[in-house]
Amino acid sequence: MIQIKDLCIQLKGFALKHVNININKQDFFILVGPTGSGKTLLVESIAGITPISSGKIIINGHDMTHAPPEKREVGIVYQDYALFPHMTVMENIRYGLLCHKKNLDDQQRLHDLMVKTDILKLSDRKPKHLSGGEKQRVALIRALAVNPSVVLLDEPLSALDPCFRDDIQKLLKKLHKEINTTFLMVTHNFAEALFLGDRGAVLNNGEIEQTGPVQSLFNHPRTHFVAQFMGFKNILEVKVDHDKAKSDHIEFEIPPNIDPKTRYICFRGEDVHISIMRPSVSVNTFLGEIEDFIDKGPYCELLINSNNEQIQVIITKGELIKHAYHQNKTVFISIPPTAFHFIL
Amino acid sequence: MKRHFDPLFIMSIGSCVVVSLFIVIPLIQMLMAPSREILSESLYDPDVQKAIWLSIYSSGLAALISFIIGTPFAYLIARKSFFGKQFVEGIIDLPIMIPHPVIGIAILGIVGKHHWLGNLLYKLGIQVMGTLSGIVVVLTFVGMPFYINAVKNGFESIPVRLEHVSRSLGASFSRTFFHITLPLAWRSIIVGIIMCLARAMSEFGAIVVVAYHPMNAPVLIYERFTAFGLKYSQPIAVLLIVICLILFIALRLLSKKDSA
Repeated sequence: MIQIKDLCIQLKGFALKHVNININKQDFFILVGPTGSGKTLLVESIAGITPISSGKIIINGHDMTHAPPEKREVGIVYQDYALFPHMTVMENIRYGLLCHKKNLDDQQRLHDLMVKTDILKLSDRKPKHLSGGEKQRVALIRALAVNPSVVLLDEPLSALDPCFRDDIQKLLKKLHKEINTTFLMVTHNFAEALFLGDRGAVLNNGEIEQTGPVQSLFNHPRTHFVAQFMGFKNILEVKVDHDKAKSDHIEFEIPPNIDPKTRYICFRGEDVHISIMRPSVSVNTFLGEIEDFIDKGPYCELLINSNNEQIQVIITKGELIKHAYHQNKTVFISIPPTAFHFIL
Repeated sequence: MKRHFDPLFIMSIGSCVVVSLFIVIPLIQMLMAPSREILSESLYDPDVQKAIWLSIYSSGLAALISFIIGTPFAYLIARKSFFGKQFVEGIIDLPIMIPHPVIGIAILGIVGKHHWLGNLLYKLGIQVMGTLSGIVVVLTFVGMPFYINAVKNGFESIPVRLEHVSRSLGASFSRTFFHITLPLAWRSIIVGIIMCLARAMSEFGAIVVVAYHPMNAPVLIYERFTAFGLKYSQPIAVLLIVICLILFIALRLLSKKDSA
């Protein structure tokens, strides 16, 4: 278990401010946030690499705030692998065992891990002769070899090709289940977060915006920033009046008992229905014109202007072709009240 | 289709030729000047042998001292940010800029009996003026900045994350330094040693002031030139150049082999 209590780090031009996080034992905890939000800094402070200005870091009940990195039992895996270039794969992996003077049981465990991750055959190779996916697997096993209490993963998937990324993502999930160690992974990709994480936190500009189960971060963001970061493409400032929410240009019908202090209404592009004919359900149905569309490969993002409010709609490529949606075409959009999320 | 050469590219080739000739012509002229008999005579001259050996030996000691005390220092300035770091780096570069006799005079100033340091050395039985110790002090003074700068660049080129990972795997600071950082910086260390040796081998101005005797190769060349003329100084210079060339090529090969 990791407890981060009121942690502050003051650097030139950037600060981590009063970070409080509790990570349960064997959790797969996800730390999400945009580039420059302080994710790596927080991870490195847990690892003991970056000194903190104030606060406490407690790992498995022991106060590790001022402990050197080698005493924290924390493994770290970086985005750029950080394999020791002058050592072979086996030497890289055994490095931690030699430092800890681990016994033969650990060597057997290491062998099993290497077999499981299919890197045993690479034992004699130097890192420069490995692919990105292989390097990441070696880095992961090297960190796990010493049986750490916590594994810190600093964007381990972002430097990989998409095909390797899926493999490593599945491998991470599998290893986490099998070895029962706490994982803390940093990412700026909420799809990765959803696939891997149990719980998570959103970091923005050095401050925690929200913590909780990953599904809850995804479905019930509490701030405008978290909503935006978690993929809510439509966030409109509104005034709530009973069962109505009025933006500058559109009036939405909303479920009753919504807090009148609500400031934003948000909904996902994929929850908006689009049709050429007026749909039979008239609730939250608006006429609009396709202003633009962005081809995203398997799906398309349509920008629809409805009463001078820009609404983003996501449809499949098949739908786009079937209905021949094109720029300036007039369409109906309807948003079911269940798709709405409200932010105070 | 006619091949087009950019004027800047042609200029670069031209400057390459000019610079190479500028360095090579005087050296070739000097290498070709002495007759085989005089060269052979110099080779077996005990004074020449002693002077060349002293040059190699004292420069080697200066490089060894630079390695021992310069490596941790280079690591510190490569890895840590601290108040006054640029000032410290400026101080390190000072011996490169100061005229060589001035370095000799500066060293003489602190090793005399009137200075507390000179007094302490005297009490410890260490004599600097006119001794091998004096030569080594001067050569370390002039050679160490080259060593530190080369090794500092080497340390800076090693990703600090390798050290972070090593620490997280349970290695102490020292273990990380000796098992990760030092093996990866080895090539830069060899380059630093070569630079330090090269600078030390060529030092004359400061040595003349601090320790004219025992004579090392540059001082002996100067003395033969002033006493007997060009004819008797050139063969020693040729021998020194050839020995230095062999030494530096060997070190370069060693560093290449290590990096491979």
